[in-house]
Amino acid sequence: MEHTLFYLFSALTVGSALAVVLHKNTVNAAVCLLLSLLGVAGIFALLDALLLSVLLILVYAGAVVALFLFIVMLLKPQTKPNKPYKKISIAAGAFGAALLGLGLCSFVTRGQFPTAPAAEVFHAGLKDYGAMLFTTYLLPVQVVGFLLLIAMLGVIVLSKKFEGQEDAK
Amino acid sequence: MNVGLNEYLILSALLFAVGFLGVLVRKNTLVIYMCLELMLVASTIALVAFSRFNGTLDGNVFVFFILTVAAAEVAVGLAIIVALFRKRGTVQVEELNALKN
Repeated sequence: MEHTLFYLFSALTVGSALAVVLHKNTVNAAVCLLLSLLGVAGIFALLDALLLSVLLILVYAGAVVALFLFIVMLLKPQTKPNKPYKKISIAAGAFGAALLGLGLCSFVTRGQFPTAPAAEVFHAGLKDYGAMLFTTYLLPVQVVGFLLLIAMLGVIVLSKKFEGQEDAK
Repeated sequence: MNVGLNEYLILSALLFAVGFLGVLVRKNTLVIYMCLELMLVASTIALVAFSRFNGTLDGNVFVFFILTVAAAEVAVGLAIIVALFRKRGTVQVEELNALKN
């Protein structure tokens, strides 16, 4: 059962990630990113991190992908076709991909994997998260709050139109 | 718990490789940015898997912070892309060559 679910979610994740890379249309790529993130949320649920899987869907599907779609529709779609790749970059890309594939293959076939079982006891309830966030990780929580404030101010300044600034036609 | 740690790590490496491929081959800044997000999520899978197999919650709390930072990062990055589009009228990386010459 767990194996089936794992391979199902893995296939969904990697397949949709490949679709993000290969799809010509940016809107379709964003929707495929959403599918891929749903697969990752399933993987998190398999790893007993239910809070993280819900948060991933809320933050990524609810905020990030929606923001991506909004920006994609705001910007002008590309009209002229891409310039073809140079010969040297095709050769370098093929070489790099071959190297990466070989490395992954030798890693899977010849690697000496430790086969440690998962820890038996694993508490990942909301109470445990709260206890950690308000004791050990109290300072990071404050820093992250400050970071969100700074990011908000930064976005406002970046998207504001200043006097004398000219737009491209 | 039948699925081992290695399966999760290989999935994480595979997803990271796909995201990296996208960063290398695509020419639209928005798609490159989506692929960067994919790479970030791939690294969080490894963190959650290590945390689960170690039996501690610290990795999960790290991923919690990574999600927060990623949300802030996406907002700032997309604002930069919009500002770039307003200034130059394009988001294709091959036409953004103002630093050349």
